[in-house]
Amino acid sequence: MFDIISKQLIAPAVWRQTIKAPEIAGKRQAGNFVIIRPKVGSERIPLTIVSSDNQRGTIDIIFQVVGATTMDLAEVESVQDILGPLGHPTHIANFGRTAVVGGGVGIAPLLPIAQALKQAGSRLTTILGARSKAFLILEEDMAPISDQLLIATDDGSKGQKGLVTEILKPLLEEKKIDFVLAIGPVVMMKAVSELTRPYGVKTMVSLNPLMIDGTGMCGVCRCKIEGQTKFACVDGPEFDGHQVDFENLTRRLAMYKSEENQRREARK
Amino acid sequence: MPLNLNRVSMPEQEPEVRCHNFKEVNLGLSMESARAEAGRCLFCKRPTCIEGCPVSINIPHFIRAILDNDPHEAVRRIRVDNPLPAICGRVCPQESQCEAACVLNKKGAPVAIGALERYVGDYAIREGLKAECVVKEKKLKAAVVGSGPSGLTCAGELRKLGYAVTVFEALHELGGVLTYGIPEFRLPQEAVVKFEIEALRTMGVEFKTNRLIGKTHLISDLMEIEGFAAVYIATGAGYPQFMRIPGEDLNYVYSANEFLTRMNLMQAYQGDAAATPIFVGKRVAVIGGGNTAMDAARCALRMPGVEKVSLIYRRSEKEMPARVEEAKHAQEEGIEFQFLTAPTEYLGTPEGAVRTARCIRMALGEPDASGRRRPVVIPGSEFEIEVDAVVVAIGTQANPIIAQTTPGLETNKWGYIVADQNGLTSLQNIYAGGDIVSGAATVILAMGAGRKAAQAIDRALSVPAPH
Ligand SMILES: Cc1cc2nc3c(=O)[nH]c(=O)nc-3n(C[C@H](O)[C@H](O)[C@H](O)COP(=O)(O)OP(=O)(O)OC[C@H]3O[C@@H](n4cnc5c(N)ncnc54)[C@H](O)[C@@H]3O)c2cc1C
Ligand SMILES: Cc1cc2nc3c(=O)[nH]c(=O)nc-3n(C[C@H](O)[C@H](O)[C@H](O)COP(=O)(O)OP(=O)(O)OC[C@H]3O[C@@H](n4cnc5c(N)ncnc54)[C@H](O)[C@@H]3O)c2cc1C
Ligand code: FES
Repeated sequence: MFDIISKQLIAPAVWRQTIKAPEIAGKRQAGNFVIIRPKVGSERIPLTIVSSDNQRGTIDIIFQVVGATTMDLAEVESVQDILGPLGHPTHIANFGRTAVVGGGVGIAPLLPIAQALKQAGSRLTTILGARSKAFLILEEDMAPISDQLLIATDDGSKGQKGLVTEILKPLLEEKKIDFVLAIGPVVMMKAVSELTRPYGVKTMVSLNPLMIDGTGMCGVCRCKIEGQTKFACVDGPEFDGHQVDFENLTRRLAMYKSEENQRREARK
Repeated sequence: MPLNLNRVSMPEQEPEVRCHNFKEVNLGLSMESARAEAGRCLFCKRPTCIEGCPVSINIPHFIRAILDNDPHEAVRRIRVDNPLPAICGRVCPQESQCEAACVLNKKGAPVAIGALERYVGDYAIREGLKAECVVKEKKLKAAVVGSGPSGLTCAGELRKLGYAVTVFEALHELGGVLTYGIPEFRLPQEAVVKFEIEALRTMGVEFKTNRLIGKTHLISDLMEIEGFAAVYIATGAGYPQFMRIPGEDLNYVYSANEFLTRMNLMQAYQGDAAATPIFVGKRVAVIGGGNTAMDAARCALRMPGVEKVSLIYRRSEKEMPARVEEAKHAQEEGIEFQFLTAPTEYLGTPEGAVRTARCIRMALGEPDASGRRRPVVIPGSEFEIEVDAVVVAIGTQANPIIAQTTPGLETNKWGYIVADQNGLTSLQNIYAGGDIVSGAATVILAMGAGRKAAQAIDRALSVPAPH
């Protein structure tokens, strides 16, 4: 059992939890994730480690309640199982003028990577997208590490009304960006990758396929990268956005839609 | 005395009943029939059955105790050589090992050693017999990575030798393939697997789940920070392989590991009661001819709504690597076998769900490296079958995580760890065995490797360190 030290609702249906997991905290690097099973009998789900405190032996996760397992996680006081840190840590370097683009709850996994990139000397243009002001998370953590912070909301309640790509496009046009990292909904990562492709700007994305074990054992997380099959849990989760088959990912994510909906309704 | 060729037959659930439930198929021998079967043993002077057993279990010795009506003693005797008798009695390919070597096999009726082994293991379970273990503590720590049969055996053996043993397991449950792979109707989880693992815990073996070695701890952390004097790597060959044919990424094309993990580890066979779903539809095709393929096919068949399960295997019945009993049970239950057939492509619906498996017929050509005749394509023999789900059970490979994170650990060109006959790897005091060294093999071979490595570790650590 792993105790949840604190939990906080940071946006509608979005929770931040601090969990005691000293072994994972000690090894974790930016870009790593964990597999969590909230209770006996729950599914195993992947969540990014947003931060860790080696002294206190804790890790932080931020998740949106979207289905049965995240509902369980929001309710429990301690979690049954956590496995990690998983996945390849992000390749961190000074990439020069870097745009970090986050959408929705994807801003959570983006934060630790942005922090590490900044520390390595990259110049950060941060572009955050959310449905509305209320749904925008981690702005106050992103601000101090960003050389420039730009926001887009669907309804214009904060920043520019519209999509993150609309903010990114003129920057690419003016040749102000050398490297892009985008994390968010699949449609956003796909749109960003398609936008940057003609400019030849290297674009990394963090994929979020279905997972079970997170150790390379089941293959449910397989993605198509440049026509090759890769397991996101051991080969990723970050890949070159220009090589990712996003349609394949979208299709595979919908595999259990009807079962997920049933289970979510049953939980209500 | 005339030879008694009246071999006991294992009572089992009727095929038309069992194909709708996940309860165990084989029901086990009664005391009377076990004793009668034990009475058929000739107690040969030179017992060839022991030679046929990869871990040299003293078979006549425990059979004698059954005959003497002392099952308690039979348990004690078998546990000297095998900590997992109820498991091995159920899953070992006896027909090609001990029973093949039994002298009565020449007359077509070998002693049912597997059934007797299971009888003894089940007796221990029924009576709740704890493993006896008087340990002379050595004050040295040994780590085992992976809790499959190889790791479990090594851990038990090291514990008996006096080591403080910790087993690190990546998943949330112990047992490796015994837990996530082999289904309930062949190897009951709670009653059998958990009992035999608990017996190791009562011997003092410590288990730590949720630790992926190479990520949570490096092998070098275990040695240098955690103070383990030796490490045994038994991580199995659980990395699924695909055929690399078009359409394999369509929805509901599963690796056998995914399919069986959903079913067994995540308990999807319990239907809506389980949190982790599985979709099987009405028509399922399973690709492969090993135990894994049989297990996947028989699991699929038992799910509500399934009408037809086809097993597609590229060679003929004779070459199938599955245990004979599994193939027989599968056939009885109504699995359709398509021998000398291979899929070439899958086609999907507009939503991306698999719909059709395009297949081709094969003929057997010249023998290949494995000695089996190589299947060759018959041109123009393509045909299609309609499917709602496909399970690819064509084998597994080595998981790369430990090799990637352990500098100096030698692997072969397929990624398996290189170890000598005692399990010693290229690194000092680091041993490896089971499927991660041999490639996918059997429970008993994995156990044998674990035992050998434990003894080698003990020899290596018993030599006083040079000054
Ligand atoms: C490497 C990795 C890191 C992740 N990090 C985070 C994170 O930091 N914070 C966070 O909130 N989520 C993260 N996710 C997504 C998270 O795992 C899913 O939201 C979660 O599994 C949903 O489980 P559920 O049972 O509550 O919902 P379900 O009932 O499984 O699904 C509910 C809805 O969410 C969708 N969904 C299910 N799984 C995913 C998925 N993997 N990605 C996107 N949508 C999904 C379903 O299609 C459905 O519409 C990550 C995923 C991966 C692979
Ligand atoms: C479906 C199926 C049916 C089978 N049926 C039979 C049968 O009837 N008879 C028979 O004799 N054989 C059978 N086999 C083969 C047999 O199960 C294997 O040969 C045997 O389990 C190998 O044992 P092992 O201990 O080497 O590895 P495994 O049983 O694979 O166990 C390895 C364990 O290590 C864990 N692990 C992996 N990496 C790490 C890591 N880095 N850190 C921590 N833990 C890790 C895994 O999670 C797993 O629990 C079957 C196999 C399958 C898949
Ligand atoms: S999650 Fe199972 S292989 Fe990646």
